[in-house]
Amino acid sequence: MALSGADRAAVRALWRKLGGNVGIYATEALERTFCSFPATKTYFPHFDLSPGSAQVKAHGQKVADALTTAVAHLDDLPGALSALGALHAHRLRVDPAHFQLLSHCLLVTLARHYPGDLAPAMHASLHKFLSHVTSALASRYG
Amino acid sequence: MVHFSAEEKAAITSLWGKVNVEDAGGEALGRLLIVYPWTQRFFDSFGDLSTPDAVMSNAKVKAHGKKVLNSFSDGLKNLDNLKGTFAKLSELHCDKLHVDPENFKLLGNVLVCVLARHFGREFTPLAQAAYQKVVAGVANALAHKYH
Repeated sequence: MALSGADRAAVRALWRKLGGNVGIYATEALERTFCSFPATKTYFPHFDLSPGSAQVKAHGQKVADALTTAVAHLDDLPGALSALGALHAHRLRVDPAHFQLLSHCLLVTLARHYPGDLAPAMHASLHKFLSHVTSALASRYG
Repeated sequence: MVHFSAEEKAAITSLWGKVNVEDAGGEALGRLLIVYPWTQRFFDSFGDLSTPDAVMSNAKVKAHGKKVLNSFSDGLKNLDNLKGTFAKLSELHCDKLHVDPENFKLLGNVLVCVLARHFGREFTPLAQAAYQKVVAGVANALAHKYH
């Protein structure tokens, strides 16, 4: 399912609306991921994962910045995310199945904060965008 | 077998008491058909599913969504025996409907998004975690009788 022109426009518009708050939502998505899918915590034994953790917040901002980069490069996600994919594959060695868990929790976070903006068509576009991001990251594995 | 703590059961039932099951069912099923369009394969007889608006306003989608979520509701009353509760439905989905059980997980996650949208702040990470356990438990129960 390629990203259509409408998908791209929708994702860009939503990102403009999120503005400087992407970090807050990515942090909440991480918290939700750790809470709902405890196995994901095994990648962060060196982090304080308690609510309000500064380390999780800083990591959330990193995730946010990567997603914002992705939104700015919708025409070449594999290229834009190549280094990040290699990092996750070869140095961090994260099971790529976990990317979908974080994507789901990001959708849940945005649904919780922007219920009026997550109409079914937007939900579909966002889900597709996040699927493309996770595919781009996973393409550096193996 | 999935085990729910007393706190989880309380969080689950207190939120569920405020859900309009009919509306949420139609919404969840509609979103499933839009976000994961291949799931439309099971609903050829439902008529127009060609656009998001067509799906969300389709009467058969709403009716079936209501049916599905009423069933899910029954499961919530039997959290300690999801496999038993959904045994017959599991056989039906395997033998008669031929539904890939992967779809149960997809619908479960869409339902979680619908609940987040509806409850906002109340859908805390802990509430979400409890519901992720429920939807995973229901999906497993529905897949349990597959052969």
